[in-house]
Amino acid sequence: MGNNNTQAQRPLSPHLQIYRPMLTMMMSIAHRVSGASLAIGFLLLAWWLVAVSSGPDAFATVNSFLASILGRFVLFLFSWALIHHMLGGIRHLIWDTGRGLDRTSIEIFAWGTIIGSTVLTVALWVAGYWLRGGA
Amino acid sequence: MATPLAKARGLGAAHRGTETFWRQRMTAVANVPLVIFLILSIVTHIGADYATVRAYLARPLVALAMLALVISASIHRRIGLKEIIEDYVHGEGAKVATLLLTTFFAVGVALASTLALVKISLGS
Repeated sequence: MGNNNTQAQRPLSPHLQIYRPMLTMMMSIAHRVSGASLAIGFLLLAWWLVAVSSGPDAFATVNSFLASILGRFVLFLFSWALIHHMLGGIRHLIWDTGRGLDRTSIEIFAWGTIIGSTVLTVALWVAGYWLRGGA
Repeated sequence: MATPLAKARGLGAAHRGTETFWRQRMTAVANVPLVIFLILSIVTHIGADYATVRAYLARPLVALAMLALVISASIHRRIGLKEIIEDYVHGEGAKVATLLLTTFFAVGVALASTLALVKISLGS
């Protein structure tokens, strides 16, 4: 509070709005956003598992949503968030070893996560459809 | 007077040292193959009928991997959400409330998924 005399008037550290948006910063935010959104994805997974365990009627309800165009789109976003967060996480595991913290590497990691997550997600969907025989 | 060793033995303010940090890394590594397995499971079964999906999930290795994923991801998610809340929710009351809700949410999703997998595996 501004008028609270008991609190020292220390300078505040600048926050997000003061900085020029940079790719590495966006990727840091994307890692948190993708991670948090996966909570919704796992709620979907739980809904699906519970429906399968409950019986054909409950399954039909969930299936009619998940197999729809919207459902498939949601599942695609879920899988993309999973892979994006996974690659962002691997980047963190490399950083934990003290490697790859220079400017060139972090730029490569950022682009690698964006391009890699898109390519890998599409590849997994193609592989999945191929495995089931193009249905 | 606290020597550096005594401080180290105190293991920081939470008295648990780097346990949470390490647990987040361990579940992260476990999640890598499990997440790829999940995506392939989803894509190969979109729109499949009830009997096919149930038979797939009842296979021991599939159930085991799903269970491992549900547990590992829930631990990872709870730590991650906790970190976000600690960074952005500043009021002490709001912070405690959201941390409680996050934990209940993570545990709830994990338990519901686990119970469903057990029921499917036992065929009841």
